[in-house]
Amino acid sequence: MIAVGDVVAERSVHLTRESLVRYAGASGDFNPIHYRDDVASAVRLPGVLAHGMLTMGLAIETIVPWLGDAGRILEYGVRFTRPVVVAPEIGAVLTIVAKVGAVDDDSARIDLTVTHGESTVLGKAQARVRLV
Amino acid sequence: MNPELVGRAFPPTAPYLVGREKVREFARAVFADDPQHADPAAARALGYVDVVAPPTFAIVVQELTLQQLLAEPDTGIELSRVLHAEQRFRCTRPIVAGDELTGTLSVTAVRAIGGNAMVTSETDIRDAAGEHVVTATSVLVVGEGEQ
Repeated sequence: MIAVGDVVAERSVHLTRESLVRYAGASGDFNPIHYRDDVASAVRLPGVLAHGMLTMGLAIETIVPWLGDAGRILEYGVRFTRPVVVAPEIGAVLTIVAKVGAVDDDSARIDLTVTHGESTVLGKAQARVRLV
Repeated sequence: MNPELVGRAFPPTAPYLVGREKVREFARAVFADDPQHADPAAARALGYVDVVAPPTFAIVVQELTLQQLLAEPDTGIELSRVLHAEQRFRCTRPIVAGDELTGTLSVTAVRAIGGNAMVTSETDIRDAAGEHVVTATSVLVVGEGEQ
């Protein structure tokens, strides 16, 4: 049995520029702010940014091995609250912690905290999952 | 930004055939190491006909519908001024390789906030049998430009 507050999964992911190019190709999102410094600075961004959908996608995958079946995920939503700058040489490390936020007979709400350095980058990142 | 977009009907996208290698490629891109995303035998052991796409894979089909929105001549939306503010997926079942998916877009809300517009759009994604697979909801913040 799981209880509110339990950490069900956690991991760290090291994003590099290669990760962003790989995600661009896999998803079809070729917005150049995700791989060109000149374009990012021209639109006054602090640097090349990770796709919000990459952060959202890698965050939820943290709980898939615990769930055992991605089909148990009934609903998943996030707010993109802070951009993740991926530096050309050192990249960016994201840390994901998945905690039980609420639980009933056959489902639970899992709250995901995704941090980059000292900052949380997703707001209200919550998944509703089937437990049986 | 054009408030009359709300309620406008968009045609379903052409069927998107989900390929096994595409699922593997997407899984690798989102650091999804679980075998169900790459190994058909692992997926079959869970009761699926082929590899299971990661939960956010629906964005690939949703993206096709958002391109329809951007292609409308009267939206007032310029891609370079679009910011992704929120995203949600409501799933009936996971997407698996072999699915033929169509997405149907609707714009559910346009709200003015300061000099920007917040556009909420919903993409209803169905399989070849017409059964619901997932609904993808996006909130985009669209800047008004400086002319």
